[in-house]
Amino acid sequence: MKNTNAKTLLEARGLTATVAGVEILKGINLTVRAGEVHAIMGPNGSGKSTLSKVLAGHPAYAVTGGKVLLDGADLFALSAEERARAGLFLGFQYPVEIPGVSNSGFLRLAYNTVQGARGKDELDPLEFDDYVREKMKLLEMDEGFLDRSVNDGFSGGEKKRNEILQMAILEPKLAILDETDSGLDIDALRIVAGGVNALLTPDNACVLVTHYQRLLNYITPDYVHVMESGRIIKTGGRELALELETRGYDWVVEETRNATEVSA
Amino acid sequence: MSTVLENLVNQPYQHGFVTAIEAETAPKGLNEDIIRLISSKKGEPEWLLEFRLKAYQHWLTMTPPQWANVQHTPVDFQAITYYAAPKQKKKLKSMDEVDPELLKTFEKLGVPMNERAALAGVAVDVIFDSVSVATTYKQKLADVGIIFCSISEAVREHPELVRKYLGSVVPVGDNYYAALNAAVFTDGSFCFIPKGVKCPMELSTYFRINTQDSGQFERTLIVAEDGASVSYLEGCTAPKFDTNQLHAAVVELVAMDNADIKYSTVQNWYAGDEKGVGGIYNFVTKRGLCRGVNSRISWTQVETGSAITWKYPSCVLRGDNSVGEFYSVALTNHYQQADTGTKMVHIGKNTGSTIVSKGISAGHSNNSYRGLVRIAPTASGARNYSQCDSMLIGQKCSANTFPYIDVRNPSGTVEHEATTSKIGEDQLFYFQSRGIGAEEAISMIINGFCKDVFQQLPMEFAVEATKLLGLKLEGSVG
Repeated sequence: MKNTNAKTLLEARGLTATVAGVEILKGINLTVRAGEVHAIMGPNGSGKSTLSKVLAGHPAYAVTGGKVLLDGADLFALSAEERARAGLFLGFQYPVEIPGVSNSGFLRLAYNTVQGARGKDELDPLEFDDYVREKMKLLEMDEGFLDRSVNDGFSGGEKKRNEILQMAILEPKLAILDETDSGLDIDALRIVAGGVNALLTPDNACVLVTHYQRLLNYITPDYVHVMESGRIIKTGGRELALELETRGYDWVVEETRNATEVSA
Repeated sequence: MSTVLENLVNQPYQHGFVTAIEAETAPKGLNEDIIRLISSKKGEPEWLLEFRLKAYQHWLTMTPPQWANVQHTPVDFQAITYYAAPKQKKKLKSMDEVDPELLKTFEKLGVPMNERAALAGVAVDVIFDSVSVATTYKQKLADVGIIFCSISEAVREHPELVRKYLGSVVPVGDNYYAALNAAVFTDGSFCFIPKGVKCPMELSTYFRINTQDSGQFERTLIVAEDGASVSYLEGCTAPKFDTNQLHAAVVELVAMDNADIKYSTVQNWYAGDEKGVGGIYNFVTKRGLCRGVNSRISWTQVETGSAITWKYPSCVLRGDNSVGEFYSVALTNHYQQADTGTKMVHIGKNTGSTIVSKGISAGHSNNSYRGLVRIAPTASGARNYSQCDSMLIGQKCSANTFPYIDVRNPSGTVEHEATTSKIGEDQLFYFQSRGIGAEEAISMIINGFCKDVFQQLPMEFAVEATKLLGLKLEGSVG
């Protein structure tokens, strides 16, 4: 499908993780190379969102086994903020509201922190304003957005656009977008997907976590993975998503169970 | 509570140190003889001694207030030293003569260079070279007829003014601690802005508690005559001690017709250690009287220190169309307790008041807002707006709001809004996932939360306050 000689940006082997003592991830294997788009699909409670949060370093989740390399470096040796500075990005399913903190201030601090870590120049408020307004056009965002508090009183669609705007500003190597399509109407979905497509380059990669295949009508994945009970049980191409759309997840689960029984 | 949060809120106090300067100290305990001693040490006129004795007699009949939402062992008033002054020194000729210990203290506190000399008692006209900031400062004030000096000096130099206004806003028997203060106050500031004068600069004073176990009883009096205006800054910090120290100050403000007084405080006294041992008891009475028509008194406070804070900077709006304002940030951490707020007493017609209170609680602390809005029968057309927001950091702290509203005029308008929010793991994680560390995240959230109050502070104080909150919560300890 894709160039298998491209740089590996994310390599997960046997990743297990718990939340509040309950094992949610039961051995995840996943390889994401530069230039690739992966979709992770699966029923509710299969562990998709947990995987995103574990990779990004949410403190509520404990990694209990396995290994993950981010662009060759041990991911779990890094704190959440260090992972972001190293080029990992998580687009939140439910972005939190931060009253009193302006978007412009927040975005600039994030940008400058990440730029600083990459040894690049920081931008002063005026320079950053030009930079961010350029990026905002991509997502057809209203000018007044910068003066508002981070996600405070935003509609679902505005929050999701803000996530992609942050992705545009931070230019991550690997972006994990957790149900970015949920809660979006068809116009917002088109804008958000258009934004993501515009950001994809041969040097970065994107992992889309989603319930529905409709997002994949806009962003074409190279690989589709099906997650169930904390494992990736099936991997296929674009066509797998379409098959899931018509047949649901049960047949994949069934198929896996049978395969396990046969091998047992 | 996550470990990140716990680490952040458990930073030790940075200003904890004792300056080893010999003090001339009275025996412990309180009686009429001690009061006479204080009065004679200070060379006071007879009327002031009478003022003190009257207050003392009153105090004897009173009991400490029990209604505040704080808990502490009773204060042993006989175990306190009521008079301790740094040994009388000749006016020093240059900074080289200043006790090096004192200079170190200023260093640690980051007291601005130009203020250190004045605080150390160096004659201000010889400090530094020709560009002496302090000299210019004094001269500028004198040129426009402003009196700004210690209250002791004011008693000597301007006795008629002090006598006229002292106790006119907070009477000697007002409350337990105010009565105590009136009996034993040792020093404080006096500021008089004559008719029509706009004070050309911010006036600031640093208060320090310097002798262990010595209670501090400052007395501050600010009078703005008709059409005058002034902005006054008060900044506090204290050395670290294991025994509790009582601080019972009284601040009185008087604003005449069309006068405007803005009083800003940043308070960072020792709050006790992370287990709640030690720290200052800060039981303060601050009150402003809008005596004249169209007068305005505005209190802005950033309270971060003290083991216990009991403080209600208030406004009595007597003049028609007068305005009272209260902007407050109170931060408590570890085992700190704060019961703070304001009273807005509307007496004149068309009087207006605004209350904006931001409480931040972390650790095991307890932070209460207590406020009274009273609209007297005479106050037709009075209006008040109150906003009380609380922010909780962690699981073991608490925040309370006790608003008292007493409206006795049907034309009055009173609005009260309150919110409670929390800095949680998810908010911090959101920042972290964008490369921003938890400390910076907390600082940004807190500053956002306090924005409405910080905007009211004079520029340099706003910077200081931002730093202080950062220091209290995120800790820059290496």
